Amino acid sequence: MPEIKVTPLGAGQDVGRSCILVSIGGKNIMLDCGMHMGYNDDRRFPDFSYIVQNSRLTDFLDCVIISHFHLDHCGALPYMSEMVGYDGPIYMTHPTKAICPILLEDFRKITVDKKGETNFFTSQMIKDCMKKVIPLNLHQTVQVDDELEIKAYYAGHVLGAAMVHIKVGSESVVYTGDYNMTPDRHLGAAWIDKCRPDILISESTYATTIRDSKRCRERDFLKKVHESIERGGKVLIPVFALGRAQELCILLETFWERMNLKAPIYFSTGLTEKANHYYKLFITWTNQKIRKTFVQRNMFEFKHIKAFDRSYADNPGPMVVFATPGMLHAGQSLQIFKKWAGNEKNMVIMPGYCVQGTIGHKILNGQRKLEMEGRTTLDVKLQVEYMSFSAHADAKGIMQLIRMAEPRNMLLVHGEAVKMEFLKGKIEQEFSIDCYMPANGETTTITTNPSVPVDMSLSLLKREMALGGPLPDPKKPRTMHGTLIMKENSLKLVSSEQALKELGLNEYQLRFTCRVQLQDPHSDVDTLHRIYTHLKNVLKGYTIQHLPDSTVMVESIVIKVTSSAEDSSTKVLLLSWSYQDEDLGSYLSSLLKKGLPSGLC
Amino acid sequence: MKLYCLSGHPTLPCNVLKFKSTTIMLDCGLDTTSVLSFLPLPLVHSLRLSKLPGWSSKDGLINLEKELKECAGRVFVDSQPEFCLPERELLDLSTVDVILISNYHCMMALPYITEHTGFTGTVYATEPTLQIGRLLMEELVNFMERVPKAQSATCWKNKEIQRLLPGSLKDAVDVRSWKRCYSLQEVNSALSRVQLVGYSQKVELFGAVQISPLSSGYSLGSSNWIIQSHHEKVSYVSGSSLLTTHPQPMDQSSLKNSDVLILTGLTQIPTANPDGMLGEFCSNLAMTIRAGGNVLVPCYSSGVIYDLLECLYQFIESANLGTTPFYFISPVANSSLEFSQIFAEWLCHNKQTKVYLPEPPFPHAELIQTNKLKHYPSIHGDFSSDFRQPCVVFTGHPSLRFGDVVHFMELWGKSSLNTVIFTEPDFSYLDALAPYQQLSMKCVYCPIDTRLNFHQVSKLLKEIQPLHVVCPEQYTQPPVSQSHRSDLMLDLQPPPMPYGRCSVLNLPFRRRYERVYILPELANSLVPNEVKPGISVATVSAVLHSKDNKHTLQSVPKPPPAPPTKKRKRVMEEPPVVLAPKPLLSGAVPLEAFLVILQKHGVTEVKVEETADGYILHLQAQDTLIQLEEDGTHIVCDNNEPLRTTLRDLVLRFLQKL
Repeated sequence: MPEIKVTPLGAGQDVGRSCILVSIGGKNIMLDCGMHMGYNDDRRFPDFSYIVQNSRLTDFLDCVIISHFHLDHCGALPYMSEMVGYDGPIYMTHPTKAICPILLEDFRKITVDKKGETNFFTSQMIKDCMKKVIPLNLHQTVQVDDELEIKAYYAGHVLGAAMVHIKVGSESVVYTGDYNMTPDRHLGAAWIDKCRPDILISESTYATTIRDSKRCRERDFLKKVHESIERGGKVLIPVFALGRAQELCILLETFWERMNLKAPIYFSTGLTEKANHYYKLFITWTNQKIRKTFVQRNMFEFKHIKAFDRSYADNPGPMVVFATPGMLHAGQSLQIFKKWAGNEKNMVIMPGYCVQGTIGHKILNGQRKLEMEGRTTLDVKLQVEYMSFSAHADAKGIMQLIRMAEPRNMLLVHGEAVKMEFLKGKIEQEFSIDCYMPANGETTTITTNPSVPVDMSLSLLKREMALGGPLPDPKKPRTMHGTLIMKENSLKLVSSEQALKELGLNEYQLRFTCRVQLQDPHSDVDTLHRIYTHLKNVLKGYTIQHLPDSTVMVESIVIKVTSSAEDSSTKVLLLSWSYQDEDLGSYLSSLLKKGLPSGLC
Repeated sequence: MKLYCLSGHPTLPCNVLKFKSTTIMLDCGLDTTSVLSFLPLPLVHSLRLSKLPGWSSKDGLINLEKELKECAGRVFVDSQPEFCLPERELLDLSTVDVILISNYHCMMALPYITEHTGFTGTVYATEPTLQIGRLLMEELVNFMERVPKAQSATCWKNKEIQRLLPGSLKDAVDVRSWKRCYSLQEVNSALSRVQLVGYSQKVELFGAVQISPLSSGYSLGSSNWIIQSHHEKVSYVSGSSLLTTHPQPMDQSSLKNSDVLILTGLTQIPTANPDGMLGEFCSNLAMTIRAGGNVLVPCYSSGVIYDLLECLYQFIESANLGTTPFYFISPVANSSLEFSQIFAEWLCHNKQTKVYLPEPPFPHAELIQTNKLKHYPSIHGDFSSDFRQPCVVFTGHPSLRFGDVVHFMELWGKSSLNTVIFTEPDFSYLDALAPYQQLSMKCVYCPIDTRLNFHQVSKLLKEIQPLHVVCPEQYTQPPVSQSHRSDLMLDLQPPPMPYGRCSVLNLPFRRRYERVYILPELANSLVPNEVKPGISVATVSAVLHSKDNKHTLQSVPKPPPAPPTKKRKRVMEEPPVVLAPKPLLSGAVPLEAFLVILQKHGVTEVKVEETADGYILHLQAQDTLIQLEEDGTHIVCDNNEPLRTTLRDLVLRFLQKL
């Protein structure tokens, strides 16, 4: 039985360093290659030694697919391709290909230049890695090789995020990456067709959450920001340069415009302008409304939002600052946080998920004293707010996707074990399909039962369809017969006669003749007719003919009558049939041996 | 399988393919050359045009002074320009299931088809094709609607009258079906039927056919189409280019192994080299400006104009044209320029790389930023105040019959300092200029047509080897004006099947197989038998299910167990219920081996008699005859059913079942 195997190297019952191995139809595919924000040691990257010990990954992997540009999905890519060693194809969408190297370079700078780590990938390695990338278009069917094909679907979440459908023969897997089932201010909703994969591998970040309406959340967010500004406080919003940042910028920009507010909004890092350029050039990846109006007004040209300079942090008066990175684990957002943490008038709004180990995660869990580097502690007095603006599907969204794709099995990754467990129960209950949630390094094996494609001769098919009608009668199914010819890789289904011809074989006839004696005091002609009548009565649904040349044919069985020379009432019936009518022939000979019933006319 | 050809224009095709159970329209081209028979539509009242004399026949019998005007020896229809539509009588267009669009120039007849024929299907196109096609349609509607013409000329179309008209009017085809332009509402309704597709996306039609667009390298989002089932493949090649301009390069390899290749949209100017023309364009432009004249470039609002602007971007500084204003005037100028920058996926590699930086893929963004290029929706409004001369104006329509270009022709036509440079290949420039004679301005003809030429196409066909080629009849002989140039035609073996307007071709297909699926349960129950080295056979008995054009074979359900009955004997006597024919047999029964096996089964007294065709075996103890021949065995056995079945099984041991 064919099998599909799925092994998470990362993101198995966890969020971070997404990396999932799939073996399907003899092909090995790596889905995502991310880093873990919560670790600074070896655990930061997936354990590639699981795949190969001392050789290159190229020998094992047929392709690598990256779902989107977030570092927990692509942060380990240069390490994997350049330091472990992989030269095969890497697929990602155009926006991901454009933005991913910039985030990788940023990540590298923070790690190497700021923290002074060595043995990390270099800028050149990022460039070399990106040369191996083949861009994917939405809905394009990419033939990785003769058998393996992949197709990308829109996933929402961030610019360029994609879900992938991976297919070998009639087996298939869908990997969602991170996705969002509700459109927001700048992105559309994820969509997939009814592709009925054998396994749907879905993220489950918000497995137990059913989020309240987006409008409420937005109103809440704006209210909090507004109140803080009114009382002269500073608002820090840690974000990643691309993604939620643009969503919240659009939100604040329109709010500022409407309320005619004057407090400055800043966006940190030099990435901003560049980031917004990407959004302008990849406008086809945003939502319907933005695409429709972009000629008149490009939503990514902000009037109220200005570039941030480090010195501004000490300026008096209220302000709103978007700063990277989003989980307060390093960089500018952390620096500003340290400056502002002591004042209760200030506020930090965490608009997305924070992985364990990050400061973001700690303060969200209510920790008010933080141990910093150099054994200092930091008192957190400012207001801490959490607003889920990350564009992940919630439980309802995940169920909705299952309904769309109709998978045969479900596999959850990118979530916390306890929450997954809950969702798993719900899925199994509602859809009656198996749901798996392997831990890192644990393999889930699913046996598939694919149909076998064969080429059926058109003449045979047409004949059957004509005889059977468009829909077979379920009570009386019509059985068709044919011969399957297996030759090298081709399977052809033809009629038996055609099979003989195609194979250059001669038909071999096997015939039987059987003489049956019968007492019947009539003339030969009458006897034959009596036999005809008798058979007509007994055999329903068979073709019985009385032919002018003094024979009776039942299907292709020939019956003749002669009377014996000495006694004209003793008839000798001659039955002759071919092997193909064996059952009927044998039945007829025993039937006629019993003689004809009286009362036949 | 049939092909209905609804357009006679080789680069603006409209064909309908009946393939398996589907009806597929390939492109929806609108033949706009018909507008050349009409007078231009001026934006402001033109004294010259209004004073043109009316036409009546020399004998004075026909007087069409109101409808027809004479200008420089030619006669034009004074009416709103009309288009020559695809043929609508050849087949019932409401039966068309889908329309496949290959590029934005080949969809201009769409509203006529989708809105007025009962069409209820889907239109497939790529996103750039849809967006830019929409712009071109909106522009066309705008051009027509902003200068409404009260009069609609119809008398000249009368068959009896048309016959007597002078010049090209007499020969115009099918004039009674010519139609005025559609409305914006019809455009929106037509385009709402478009389903977007990406290159190499596979789309299933009714489970019977799969269609897939491929990059054709001609314009943004332009595509060729593959229409295939598991065993048949039709390629539709329309407007393809192998030159490196802005679009993604042409996908050639996916066209391989086609049974039929329908070839349309080759270059209209096979003798002109696009690169050379581009050079000529620049040098003529510079020359005119230096001499203090203005340059008019009649063009479409999308397509080659992007390449012209890119070329000028590099040329402006070196030619010292830094201060010359460049104007692009069209109701969709801004949209066209903006849209061109957002289709990174559909661009050539170089331009994609720029987007990754991130920079706009086309340098016209910089021309606009530095105020070198300005765009306006029309000559009215801002333009009239910004207008400085000498300048370069890009504007439509290239036919010179409507749009802002009419105004500039009237304005600049009288001065020999000015130049009009024709770059679009769709219209004969002499015909385009005819209603403006006598002209003093210079006319330069630099047609840039990047589509495949005959040399490229024959090389391509050699590469991809289609079994049959179908093409417009124009491609099977050299152009009339250059009848000695046998290199300007398709020379193929076997010769291509030519078509003209209203042709119906029978495509040479021999469909022999259809893909069916054997369900796993049935597949597992099959017993393969090797009949020859490497070839196995298995007999299949199954129930065929056909749904949505997909066929599956399932195991024959087991009959429900017979209800228990007391009269067991009666049951035995029932005739066999299921007519399950036995398989065919093949092979041979060798005498020696057969005798050995008979002996093993206790049949010892066998008398063998040789005959012409084989042997007769007489089993004396059993009084049974067996005729062994090369192609068959005949067992004659009375009243001994057990023996007969034994003998049967012994014979079968030597044979293969099929």
